[in-house]
Amino acid sequence: MGKTLAEKVWDEHVVRSTPGEPDLLYIDLHLIHEVTSPQAFDGLRLAGRPVRRPDLTLATEDHNVPTLDWDKPIADPVSKTQVDTLRKNAAEFGVRLHPLGDIEQGIVHVVGPQLGLTQPGMTIVCGDSHTSTHGAFGAIAFGIGTSEVEHVLATQTLPQAKPKTMAVTVNGSLPEGVTAKDLVLTLIAHTGTGGGQGYIVEYRGQAIEELSMEGRMTVCNMSIEWGAKAGMIAPDETTFAYIKDKPEAPQGADWDAAVAHWKTLVTDDDASFDKEIVLDAAEMTPFVTWGTNPGQGVPLGATVPSPDDYADPTDRIATEKALEYMGLEAGTPMREIKVDTVFVGSCTNGRIEDLRLAAQILERHHVAEGTRLLVVPGSVRVRMQAEAEGLDKVFIAAGAEWRGAGCSMCLGMNPDQLTPGERSASTSNRNFEGRQGKGGRTHLVSVPVAAATAVRGTLSSPADLVPAGV
Amino acid sequence: MEKFTTHTGVGVPLRRSNVDTDQIIPAVYLKRVTRTGFEDGLFAAWRNDPGFVLNNPAYSAGSVLVAGPDFGTGSSREHAVWALQNYGFKVVLSARFADIFRGNSGKAGLVAGQLEESVVEQIWAYLESNPGAEITVDLEARTVRAGDIEATFEIDDYTRWRLLEGLDDIGITLGHEADIAAYESSRPTWKPVTQHA
Ligand code: SF4
Repeated sequence: MGKTLAEKVWDEHVVRSTPGEPDLLYIDLHLIHEVTSPQAFDGLRLAGRPVRRPDLTLATEDHNVPTLDWDKPIADPVSKTQVDTLRKNAAEFGVRLHPLGDIEQGIVHVVGPQLGLTQPGMTIVCGDSHTSTHGAFGAIAFGIGTSEVEHVLATQTLPQAKPKTMAVTVNGSLPEGVTAKDLVLTLIAHTGTGGGQGYIVEYRGQAIEELSMEGRMTVCNMSIEWGAKAGMIAPDETTFAYIKDKPEAPQGADWDAAVAHWKTLVTDDDASFDKEIVLDAAEMTPFVTWGTNPGQGVPLGATVPSPDDYADPTDRIATEKALEYMGLEAGTPMREIKVDTVFVGSCTNGRIEDLRLAAQILERHHVAEGTRLLVVPGSVRVRMQAEAEGLDKVFIAAGAEWRGAGCSMCLGMNPDQLTPGERSASTSNRNFEGRQGKGGRTHLVSVPVAAATAVRGTLSSPADLVPAGV
Repeated sequence: MEKFTTHTGVGVPLRRSNVDTDQIIPAVYLKRVTRTGFEDGLFAAWRNDPGFVLNNPAYSAGSVLVAGPDFGTGSSREHAVWALQNYGFKVVLSARFADIFRGNSGKAGLVAGQLEESVVEQIWAYLESNPGAEITVDLEARTVRAGDIEATFEIDDYTRWRLLEGLDDIGITLGHEADIAAYESSRPTWKPVTQHA
């Protein structure tokens, strides 16, 4: 019988397999950031162990760094200590680091692909759950905890039980104005936050094939939001074209050998998945969340649901708690929800394509009175590219704040936070209670919805905008 | 890591589903560079609520958390496990755990035992009518006892073995150094590296 894409990549990385034990998997790329690594390096130091493969390891500063005054020393002393600790550890253990101020600095999941380090058929881990992003290239990529970070640093391997496989097939084409973000939010509302638990998921079908690499990364990024171990998309010409000529991409004969191998990384026709889900892209519309987990979403044209809509008592209680936290009344049209802050950024939607789309919608519009718009590029390269294209001018003319690169308000670890009760429309991936700041209320949205919402001040899509400049 | 065989301690009923790691410990508490001192961040937002279960003195010395399904979803932060441990928890029981949280627990020495949802409901009812009651968790036998309730919980064999023996994962893997070196010698040369000679 044939193999699935996930099984092929998995099998190529098994160092050791013994019945009754997890497989020992070789790790091709280990990405590191300041928040989940200090205790791992400490562990190495205590045991007197070196980093086995510094040449397969890359560190960047992203979660905790300021997006204003990033050229000055970090003001928050605790944040500064954490960033300084990473710098010290990288120097001591010989790990390549892109610190604040470096041209390659940025969110770890934006930096890997843009350097060309993320390639098909690899195993990629990072002490960060959104490592699933890299699966867009046909890699097995997943988030790990700090003990595992230490394990990979010391051994370049991880003991892992082989997950089950699932196919999510999205047939048809996405309608105009509906994005990869809407697709994945629709999927999560369909499966619930635990629906992917224990599975490596392969996204396939026409709508997935038609996505750009940025769109594919958005989908794979949110795999973890429905509990999947990892998400993957088979590499194709779109993938190869994206990687070609990136700084760390294979060159010359190596390129040909790599592509020849990458082309074998598809699910065989006679392979079978443990589970399959089929969705129709043509039915999808702009999709937004109303609650406090990414599965609590509805189409933008719908209304806030009521606890009575749910038969299951656990769901009913969860809905009640979410509505209370979000300060929402059941039955309110989503479009009437007033938003204080719009955040465009994160490893879900902070790439150049996202910023182009936002700028295109904001051109000759202005951010609504009483609303603030924060645009935070995913990396310094993205920021520079946007500035080269004049996108920053569009944002600033529209009344937005144009910031330095980092995770920023995606998790509110730096000063970019919501205040209690403040409501955001955010292109990030998590609407958990307090995620963007204590008491903050988050609606997850696509880039076009974010941009249109900034202009109207209520949840909106570009179709709701009065044409500009007439 | 310390060996874990059985533990008896106060059970804490946390009647919530989908407790994500941002609830267990919000991001602003993640700035420490040690593995200790995270107890202040545990359930930080809820600790302000006088009605929150850990604010009830009967439960505040709890060491066995009994939570709703899909516990530990979200971020990969192992700080969530450390915060629970720093506070004093030895065991978390739930009908479903997020994969990364379960993995982190196993590595850090927190027992994450999976129970039928109906058993969780029974234990909640028992703990709520007997605030401060103790629960016994026997990892060897994979059983949990709360009053008259006795149930078997699930935990994978390998993690259970490591916890019972108190084994360091890295030490085990380094015992397979020859396999790792052999694998490395056969990796394709075009695979990317982050450093160039
Ligand atoms: S942007 Fe958000 S989700 Fe992505 S790595 Fe940063 S904090 Fe995590």
